[in-house]
This record gives sequence, C-alpha cells and structure tokens, in this order.
Amino acid sequence: MQNNANKYLRSEKLPHIWCPGCGNGIVLGAITRAFGLLNCDQNNTVVVSGIGCSSRATGYLDFCTLHTTHGRALAFATGIKMARPELKVFVLMGDGDSTGIGGNHFIHAARRNIDLTAIIFNNSIYGMTGGQSSPLSPLNSRATTAPQGTFERPFDLAELAQGAGATYVARGTTYHANMLTQLIRNGADHKGFSVVEAVTACPISYGRRNKMGNGYDMLLWQKEHSVPVEKARKLTPLEMEGKFAIGELYKADAPEFTDIYERFIEEKQKKNKEERQRGVN
Amino acid sequence: MSETTPYRNPQNIQINKSWCKGCGICAGLCSKVLSMDGGSKAFAANPSLCTGCRICETHCPDFAISIGVDVN
Amino acid sequence: MNDVAQLARLMQGNEAIVEGALSAGLRFFAGYPITPSTEISELLAARLPLYGGKFIQMEDEMASMAAIIGASLAGLKSLTATSGPGFSLKQENIGFASMAEVPCVVVNVQRHGPSTGIPTAPAQGDVMQARWGTHGDHSVIALCPASVQESYLLTVEAFNLSEKYRTPVILLTDEVIGHMRERVILPQPDQLKVIDRKKPPAGLEKYYPYRPGKDGVPAVADFCDNYRFHVTGLVHDESGFPTTDADVAEKLIRRLNNKIMDNVDDIVLSESWLTQDADTIIVAYGAVSRSARKAIKEARLAGLKVGLFRPITIWPFPEKEIDALSRQAHTMIVPEMNLGQLKLEVERAASGRSRVIGVNKVNGELITPGEILDTIIKQ
Repeated sequence: MQNNANKYLRSEKLPHIWCPGCGNGIVLGAITRAFGLLNCDQNNTVVVSGIGCSSRATGYLDFCTLHTTHGRALAFATGIKMARPELKVFVLMGDGDSTGIGGNHFIHAARRNIDLTAIIFNNSIYGMTGGQSSPLSPLNSRATTAPQGTFERPFDLAELAQGAGATYVARGTTYHANMLTQLIRNGADHKGFSVVEAVTACPISYGRRNKMGNGYDMLLWQKEHSVPVEKARKLTPLEMEGKFAIGELYKADAPEFTDIYERFIEEKQKKNKEERQRGVN
Repeated sequence: MSETTPYRNPQNIQINKSWCKGCGICAGLCSKVLSMDGGSKAFAANPSLCTGCRICETHCPDFAISIGVDVN
Repeated sequence: MNDVAQLARLMQGNEAIVEGALSAGLRFFAGYPITPSTEISELLAARLPLYGGKFIQMEDEMASMAAIIGASLAGLKSLTATSGPGFSLKQENIGFASMAEVPCVVVNVQRHGPSTGIPTAPAQGDVMQARWGTHGDHSVIALCPASVQESYLLTVEAFNLSEKYRTPVILLTDEVIGHMRERVILPQPDQLKVIDRKKPPAGLEKYYPYRPGKDGVPAVADFCDNYRFHVTGLVHDESGFPTTDADVAEKLIRRLNNKIMDNVDDIVLSESWLTQDADTIIVAYGAVSRSARKAIKEARLAGLKVGLFRPITIWPFPEKEIDALSRQAHTMIVPEMNLGQLKLEVERAASGRSRVIGVNKVNGELITPGEILDTIIKQ
C-alpha cells in the first residue's frame, strides 16, 4: 500500500470480512490514504461507525474506534465531539444505516453543522442482512424485499445533506479511488459537517440480483454512469438521466456547532465569575 | 498525491496471497501485467510491463497489492 | 445562620436530581423533551455551562442515549432523563452501554402508560422495563427514590455505581416524587463520596481494554487517553474486538451479569421501618412508600404489628432481605401503581413462606394510605 497510509490500518485484523469484489475495501483504502495526506494524529482522532457491512471498517482502523448501533453513529459521534471538541471525529456509515434507520440523526447533524466528517459507503443495498432495498436503492432495482424492483424513489444523498445544512458535500466512486481520497481529505479539512458519499459496489447482494456482473464490471458501471460535477452542471436534466455527478458538489462557510457552544460556555462562566465578584446573586 | 509519493521500482509488484480474495478487479483493470492464478488469486504475469501507475493497488479491495514498496 | 440552614433549600424532586448530578461530577447531558422529566433538561441547559459542562437537546430519545454514551467514552460523566415512552426508545442504546460497559445514568420519571397513557399522571409501570427493557441477558442497577432529599442522594449514588461497575444505572423515580417540593439539605462537598471510574496505568505494552480486574470490572480507558482501542456492541474478547467464539460469548455475558450480581451487598440499599416485631410487612417503593408509612402509623395505633420494607435499590432486587422477613411475617402487602410487577419478585424471594397480597392501582392516581390500611385490616 501507498506511502504512510499503512500505519492507519490494524493489519493484524486482515484479511477483512468483506466478500470478494466488495468495494468497501476500496473505500477503506481511500480513507487510509486520505489519513496519510492529512497526516492524521492517531491519538487525537476517533472513528465511529454504525451497523452493517461498511461499519465493520472501524475494526480495521488503528485509532480509538467505536462500532455503535444501527443508524446511531452520528449521535454517538455528537457526544464525543461535544465532550472533546479538539478531537477529529470521522463517522463511517452505510446507505441504509445513514438514511434509513439513521435518517433523523443524519439531517440533524447536518442542521447543527457539527464538525464531523461523515463518509457514506453507498452500495444501494442492505448487504449484511442479505440484500434488502435501502432508501438509496435506485427506483425499479431488485432486492430480496423488492423481487419485482423497488416502487420507491431513492433519496439523492447529496441533495439531502445540502438541504439539511451540511456545509461540505461531495460524491466519489470506488472507480475514481484517487478522487475519493482527495474528497475525503478535503471534507476532513473543512470545518463543519462534511458528507462524502462513496458510491461502491456490492456484487453479491446487489450486482448479481440486478445483472450488473462482478466487482470489476460494477467498477466500470461507476465509470460509465458518473459525470464530473463541472461537466454535469452544463448538462440538461435529460442528458444527466441515469447518471450522477461526482466531485465537490457543495461547499459553504457557516458557524460550527461546537465552536458556538464552547464560546457560550466561556462567556457564561466569565459573566458568572464577574457577578460573583460584584456580589450579585 | 505526488507530495507524499516516494521513489518506486515499478517492477516490484507484491501480492499478499493470504489477503487476496481473487475478485479479479486488478486483472480487469490491468490485464497486461496482472492475471488470475487459475481464477483464484492474483499474480503478476508480466511485471516488466508495469508502469507503476498503481491503479491495481488503489483498487484492490483486499489491501493485497503493493507496488514498489516492501510489505511485511 | 448555621450551616444546615444555609444548605437547606425547598426544591422539586427533578431539581434535586439536577443538584445531585452536578455534585457527582456531571459534565454532559443529552435529552429530549418529555413530561414529567423535562425540568431536568431545562435546569441543566442553564446550569451545566457554569461548570464547563455541555448540554444538548438531541433530535430524539435514541440519539440522546447515544450521545451520552459517546460523551462518557470521551471521559465525561453523562446523564439523560426521560419518561416511559422515551425510556422504551432508549432501550437499544442502554443495551449498548451495558455490553460495551460505558458508565452513564438514565433518569426515568415514571408516568402512566402504556403508550402515551396519561402523561401528567404518576405510575410505577416501568419496574420490569427497567429490568428487562433491552434485549438479551444482562444485569442492571435501578434506584428508586421516595423523597426529594433521596432524589438528590440517589442521583449521586447512581453516578458512583455506574462509574464503579461501568454499567448504565437507572434512577427510577415517578411523577409524584419528581414534581413534589420538599425541604432538602444539600451535603457539603467534603461530606459527599464521589467515585470516579478506574483507569488503566499508562505505558502498558499491550493494553486489553476489556480484561476485568478482580472485581469483574475492566479498566477501559477514556478515548484518546493513552491507548487506542475498539469498542463494539458485538460480543468481544478482552482486546475489545468482535468474535463469535462460543466460549468468549458465554464468559462475557456471565461476567457482565456477575459483576453486578456478585456485588449485591455493595449495591443493594433498602430501608426497614418498624419491622422488628412485625407479622405483616408492607413492601413499598417510591411515592407509594409514603402512603404506606402513613398507613402503618395508623395500623400501629390500632395495635397491629405492621412494618415497612422499602427497596431503595429495586434492581438487583433485595432478595436476601425479603427472604429474612418472610421467615417472620405471615403476610406481605405490596402496594404498587401497576398491576403487580414487584409483587412477582416479592413472591419469588418469599418463596411461599409469606402470603403476598397486592394493592394495585392503574388510574393515574397515587395509592392512598386508606387503601393500604384497608388491606392491612381486611387481610
């Protein structure tokens, strides 16, 4: 593996539990390389995950790591970040994890603009439980719980994040692994709630059922169906039909939640001290 | 990522067979150099053709490929 | 003014919980509004920042339970407060705290149920939810205050037990105690015993976060304090990493249970009043124990040998004490604002030696002394 990214892996825990051709390992590789570029301090960084295939990633990362309950990773992470604002906190989630059972936590973390870097492994399916449709499964795609194809429209995760208040929103794919590394790095550098959607492949539970071939074929699908955001902005909705934009989709500066709260504590303590000195009760 | 890339010997392709799950992604992306050993594990069939682009390394889901660096 | 007068205050039960939590070293609260516990949130929103502590109103009950676990892992003493419906929603992450051994305190100001019930009316319907609310085998500690003073003291005790045994502790109070106002004497800080979680020594070559000490409790480090380690709700070995090994699973679940059940003598608090010569024992807890006390006074005036046994620690249940009392009393009367939840435990511990009679009420009103006295007389 490349440069200093290796040290962020708990190599003794490999090989990992993911299936042959599963893109989660590619996302994890992009994350460790981003850590390398950030020169991430392992002793001042916490990585939190929810439940599902993707959330097993925390077991392979050499930090203080927290593997929580289904959908709740962001809420646990909010407690950690508030308790110790100086820590860098990453949150790894799956698509069902973050937008199904954890949908409420997702929009509220975005609303608060709390300084967490959320990386969502979007494989369009509940993989761990054997291939049920998720809120990000494309319309008409097949799943064990949608044998004729889903009847529900999926969320657009990036638009959901932006609409809810996230101040950094990006989308990458496992095919564009180097770009994904850069997006994660930039998301982590951004102060505020950052969302990086990593489009990844589940060849076993999604690909097979939807006749998309193996892990390699699904990588090529990502290449063929993604459009760099700069180009996508110039295309009509018709031209973008069935395709998705990749790159930095949205970035804004806004006050960060723990900053605001820490300032409040400081002022409140100062005022209280002054009042005591003046003898005001 | 050039700022952190050390010098590499492009032909030093190391494959950790105990981590490789034989998905074939590397061989699909770089059929000139990499091949599947009886369909089960990746191996470098033509290491001399390797240009050191590392697409196989960054796309190996199993952390099984290293180009130009020693692995323990 | 003497010291006692300086420290005497008129306050509400919920307010006393806030004072107790701050005295115990609370530095993080996450909650969600729910009657009749909301005063705890409101007061802490104003008070915690003065101590450098953090308050957050989360988006829901699950999130507030999750946030306090996160904050506790990051090293802060943490609290959440709720009532029945919210308590149900928190159960998922209470189980996580139990499995991952994260100290935290959960206040449940019980109200009428099931479901939305009568939100402003008291009940004691969550006795079994406190014990078995989260799935899987686990032990739990639940404390039940009967006065405003005790709301203060037991909140401190709840924090101490959670830090000592690295387990979620439930303060199972009720709407009557939560909202009533009484005179409270706040102890001086130096009179108060405050326990902090044990920490691993620095500089260990290989650190096993989940290797238990002789007390069955591991010294899990705070996050980013000397060690890097993994915390999960999956069955894990002493290194903290998941495994499906049957022996490890068996050992872990038994240890989590035993670290509490082997220490009942340290954990269980109870009060016996006028029991020495009693042939009839009223077993009552929380607000209902106040009615029981009054009923017993009346019964004693009529010459009846009646006493009160009050479990203060409701889980683990004070079995030994009930066992001993069942050898002297022919009858035990268990008044509860539910259809007989703790009565089952009393029957189990009394093992047929005493007749056990329930006095039960589920209309959202407190059981009166008269209702208990009627049962004493009619038994």
